[in-house]
Amino acid sequence: MKHLSEYRDAHLVKGVIHEIHRIVTRPWVIMEICGGQTHAIMRHGLDQLLPEQIELVHGPGCPVCVTSLELIDKALEIAALPQVIFTSYGDMLRVPGSQSDLFSVRAAGGDVRVVYSPLDAIQIARQNPDKQVAFFAIGFETTAPANAMSVLQAQSLGLHNFSVLVSHVRVPPAMHAVLGSPANRVQGFLAAGHVCAVMGFWEYPPIADQYQVPIVVTGFEPLDIVQGLHLTVRQLEDRRHQVENAYARVVTRAGNLPAQKVIDRVFETCDQKWRGIGMIAGSGWRLRPAFREFDAEARFDVAKVQTQESPICIAGQILQGLKKPHDCPAFGNPCRPEHPLGATMVSSEGACAAYYRYGR
Amino acid sequence: MCLGVPGKIIELYEANGLPMGKIDFGGVTREACLAYVPEAQIGDYTVIHVGFALHLISEAEAQETLDLLQQIADMDENEAVNGA
Repeated sequence: MKHLSEYRDAHLVKGVIHEIHRIVTRPWVIMEICGGQTHAIMRHGLDQLLPEQIELVHGPGCPVCVTSLELIDKALEIAALPQVIFTSYGDMLRVPGSQSDLFSVRAAGGDVRVVYSPLDAIQIARQNPDKQVAFFAIGFETTAPANAMSVLQAQSLGLHNFSVLVSHVRVPPAMHAVLGSPANRVQGFLAAGHVCAVMGFWEYPPIADQYQVPIVVTGFEPLDIVQGLHLTVRQLEDRRHQVENAYARVVTRAGNLPAQKVIDRVFETCDQKWRGIGMIAGSGWRLRPAFREFDAEARFDVAKVQTQESPICIAGQILQGLKKPHDCPAFGNPCRPEHPLGATMVSSEGACAAYYRYGR
Repeated sequence: MCLGVPGKIIELYEANGLPMGKIDFGGVTREACLAYVPEAQIGDYTVIHVGFALHLISEAEAQETLDLLQQIADMDENEAVNGA
């Protein structure tokens, strides 16, 4: 497959890794923000090929992991309502709420359906005019153009039985939160390639300047990741802190302008609570008031939920790069992908799931 | 969730007022919304995420990156041969 197999070429990957070994002179801590990259690093064993001076810590870029417990609990309540078809990206189904998860709601008779795209949820709403169809619109900037388009589609098709439960998060405020923490150890970042495909990377130079950290836009294949690391290490060794693009075939500085326009039309910036981390100012998007009729929180009466987190799980510290999955007393027992205590053990992007699956 | 998969656009059409395309992922075809890549042509490669094309893939940039990385790998090999 073109634009895929070239970036899995072992010869080229080894060449770049050798170059990293050649230039590194001291220990560096680098965070890959995106959980998709965490999994690619573990799956291809890249962490084991790097010089021992390079420590990778895993960032908060796992939407399933950071969606607030309150919202998960609201989703569970809505999904259990009769007359509701609750639609969601598949990853969300096993995420533990305070008492339950979407799988359990489905097992108890709730109509919970996995969709590949929010447009599939629109299709379900058209086919079921006598039901209410709610879509769990979560994700980072990558998913926002699709989620926003579903709202515009519902409006233009005059669908009165479609609504979205929105929990959007944005990367730049999360980087500020990580770098601004007194406990921060991160010295360089791999920026998430597909977030930047949408948003570009014009938001990053002020962050690189303020905290003096190099930021390298990085893709998802092994060669993309080692090249992102190579550019980051080279900057660290040269004492530079610039924004570089190691994923230029997909990412431009300006990003996808038509997508940004639609996001801005449908969503507005808001403070957002991140699961395990807490409130981060200006870190989310919510529906603009003009689209309130499509807001599932307004349509269904679920304003008050009582939440309860696992007392053992340290997912929040893992998501901030402060701890590793092994540091958790519950890792592997009792917390496993089939019985997760926290969301980082669930998702195909969660750091704990990656460590568990690839035997780290 | 931010997984994006590269694919080739093999058909363009409209559905419910949205520009759509048929995308070939190495033999498997799926439908995707092309509203965010209005410049897309048949034969272009794009990255698809949750049923939407996020960005077209630049062939020129792809080649430039691969050439650069090939140089790094060749340099590595030459060093190994010369015993450096």
